[in-house]
Amino acid sequence: MIIDYDVLVLGAGLAGMRSALEAKRRGASVGVISKVHPLRSHSGAAEGGINAALDPGDSWEIHAFDTIKGSDYLADQDAVEIMCREAPRDLIEMEHMGVVFFRGPDGKLGTRAFGGASKARTYFVADITGQALLNALYDTILKEDVKTHDEWFATALYVPDGTCRGAVAIDMLRGELHLLRAKAVILAAGGMGRVYEPSTNALICTGDGHALAYRAGAPLMDMEMVQYHPTTLKGTGFLMTEGARGEGAYLTNKDGERFMQRYAPKMMELASRDVVSRSETIELAEGRGVDGCVYLDLRHLGAELIHKKLPQIHEIALNFLGLDMVEVPIPIRPGMHYIMGGVKTDSDGATPLPGLYAAGECACVSVHGGNRLGANSLLDTLVFGRRSGAHMADYVKNVKPLATGEEFLKSETQRIQALLDRPYKGETHARLRLELGTLMDDKVGVYRDEAGLQDALAKVRAIRTRAQSVSVQDKGRIYNQALLFALELDYMIDCAEATIVSAIERKESRGAQSRTDYPKRDDANWLKHVLVTRSADGTPKISYQPVTITKWQPMERTY
Amino acid sequence: MHVKMVVGRYAPDRKLDGELGAPYPPPYSDKPRKTYQTFEIDLHDEAMVLDGLIHIREYVDESLVVRCSCRCAICGSCAMWINGHAKLACTTKMKDVLENGTVRVESPPSMMPVRDLVWDMGPFMQKMRSVKPWLEGKPVSPDEEYRVPNEAMDELVQEVSCISCGACLMDCESYAVNDKFLGPHALARAYRYANDPRDSMQQERLKEYSDPNGVWDCTHCYECVHVCPKGVAPLEQILKIRQMSVAAGYTNNAGTRHALAFAESVRGSGRLNELTLMPKSLGLFNIKAQLQSLPSAFNLLRAGKLPPIIHHKIPGVTRVKAIFKKVGGPLT
Repeated sequence: MIIDYDVLVLGAGLAGMRSALEAKRRGASVGVISKVHPLRSHSGAAEGGINAALDPGDSWEIHAFDTIKGSDYLADQDAVEIMCREAPRDLIEMEHMGVVFFRGPDGKLGTRAFGGASKARTYFVADITGQALLNALYDTILKEDVKTHDEWFATALYVPDGTCRGAVAIDMLRGELHLLRAKAVILAAGGMGRVYEPSTNALICTGDGHALAYRAGAPLMDMEMVQYHPTTLKGTGFLMTEGARGEGAYLTNKDGERFMQRYAPKMMELASRDVVSRSETIELAEGRGVDGCVYLDLRHLGAELIHKKLPQIHEIALNFLGLDMVEVPIPIRPGMHYIMGGVKTDSDGATPLPGLYAAGECACVSVHGGNRLGANSLLDTLVFGRRSGAHMADYVKNVKPLATGEEFLKSETQRIQALLDRPYKGETHARLRLELGTLMDDKVGVYRDEAGLQDALAKVRAIRTRAQSVSVQDKGRIYNQALLFALELDYMIDCAEATIVSAIERKESRGAQSRTDYPKRDDANWLKHVLVTRSADGTPKISYQPVTITKWQPMERTY
Repeated sequence: MHVKMVVGRYAPDRKLDGELGAPYPPPYSDKPRKTYQTFEIDLHDEAMVLDGLIHIREYVDESLVVRCSCRCAICGSCAMWINGHAKLACTTKMKDVLENGTVRVESPPSMMPVRDLVWDMGPFMQKMRSVKPWLEGKPVSPDEEYRVPNEAMDELVQEVSCISCGACLMDCESYAVNDKFLGPHALARAYRYANDPRDSMQQERLKEYSDPNGVWDCTHCYECVHVCPKGVAPLEQILKIRQMSVAAGYTNNAGTRHALAFAESVRGSGRLNELTLMPKSLGLFNIKAQLQSLPSAFNLLRAGKLPPIIHHKIPGVTRVKAIFKKVGGPLT
């Protein structure tokens, strides 16, 4: 079947729904596809809050500076200015949609402190801020009757004559392939956390958006910038929100020492995430951890605050470790959490490929540069989701409808069928996925070096070869998850390769990229973005783009 | 830990190995039968039920289908029946549900199966949509937030914690016999908007939620409170809507009349007068509805469920009246 829309949105998390809403409000016909029901999107897992300089004592300039300093000066400052200037408006808009934000005594929105921020500007709903936003936005999607195709999985972008004009997707519930033809397509497919094992990310975060764009010829930018969150739970790697430290929790080592005093004496536990994760890694390497973990200590905060403001992480620690954070410190370690890099876009979400847009975690505007500040990601999804929705609604007015695509749908159908028909030779998606993930965590984690990265690249390429013989052992048509996992594995390998080649390329330490062989930041040579494009033979090609500096010259970064 | 997982399997387009389950009794008899397949696996001692299912899916049988994503009760994907009760597989410890080393997991009979443990979310989500779960905001400047007390927001956080997993509707006793009942999930969300001080449609909402298939169709079995993995306690939210709608004067419905007749009888005699309860609930002059209830009445009679013809007061009924007086409300 072929379905036509003006705007096709791939992904129904915050960025996807926000851009769909905006495009619809501006008169475009909009279709949203999502591989899970919108309410299952990973935006819902964001815990701590959303940043905006709303308070009279704060200003967008201070927010922008914190963000740029946090990014280790790799963020494009014009984009950061836009985000921080427009943040209050998007925050208020979400409040008007019904988000039950925490209030101060005067009934106005109240804040909590967060990492890397010089003012308390994080607005929140307990420790379920992402979920509260996701619910409110989904409710608004229902109200304004935006069409969603739930549990549809995109297999390829349709790019006739160098312009993106839709995507082919599998309707999982019915097991059919369809071409969704559109005048503009936006990728809002979220992150690629599952490329790492462990990761705080949900199982659905497999870099689909990154890979779809990459295969269609759009460049990926800053892919080496992979954020390790300082507080992920021992074992499972679940997220323990930065909000805990925002509320005053300590990080301690096996001697009970608040070790951050040696790394960031001013900001202590609330230094930027890259700084805290590195500090923890050093503590562990120097033998001051216990069983590969340091501690998040909330005991002094008291039961009432924990139950009121941090109920979800309290429950997760209790469920998965049997530990009550009211009584005991919680063992945590740095864990893969977020990818700052993504599909290169301008500040309206447009990628260099005409007709293709991206927003949210799978995009790189870039506002996060080398390291994202906590609570800036929810903001990023809303501001750039909205802006790209608006831009697409304008853009599609001058695009003529298309009558072609049957052939492309047929060739995609054949490709998928060939995958289903592949005989079993012993390789399974699950084993390769695990191998890939542990490899990435091991060699492309908090600290990196040339030898490790080269080793990782060779291994990922070997995994790619082996993935060619992964067979799908489920031969059913309805809800064939094994097929989906096999396709996702290919996406993840693309993401891994792009990440590694970018990390090899950047011969300095900046933000989340810490090279033990190049331990210093090198502004003379590397104050620029690394871009990866897929060349015709499938190999990655590197190029560069200068960082946009407006008013904040790079300085030494201390917390 | 060695575990036997008996998994209810269903694939409309394929024949499956395993033992075919018995047909469901009413009211689920229209649902397709499942095949039960047993997997024997080894897991670590603290494993969750979901860990077992993922293990099977990854290393034993790739064709086993289960919705899951976050693995820590945030995304709401993996609600299913575990030993015959609705639970999230991701936060249910295997060792807590093993009976003789065995656990049974399946999609719930109250939902239409799609494939294996995947059930059709359509009706569930449609119910939510039908309560208009969105803010119809009061006028406010576009540049400023609504000024509301934090307590009013806090009161709603309990519902906002809902992850729409569907466990409550799966095991809802009222939904089992009336698939038009809006159900605990949708009504909890309804409360969240009806009691939002920023909403301008509170009166319309309360009226609508008091209509048939709304809040008064809940039978207070507490199953939804019991199975909810996030402490939303949908029944509590339903009771709050009832109180709000009675206070707002939406009393012309069987539910309110039933509650009032119940309370009146207890206040007057210290016990329930079952003979007058039904006519009073349906409306004394609602002959049609009363006639419609006759078959049930005859069934009750036949089963020997005969209320006393002469209704006696209990001894010490004045003390019951004193309780009513102390509690206050419309009957004092």
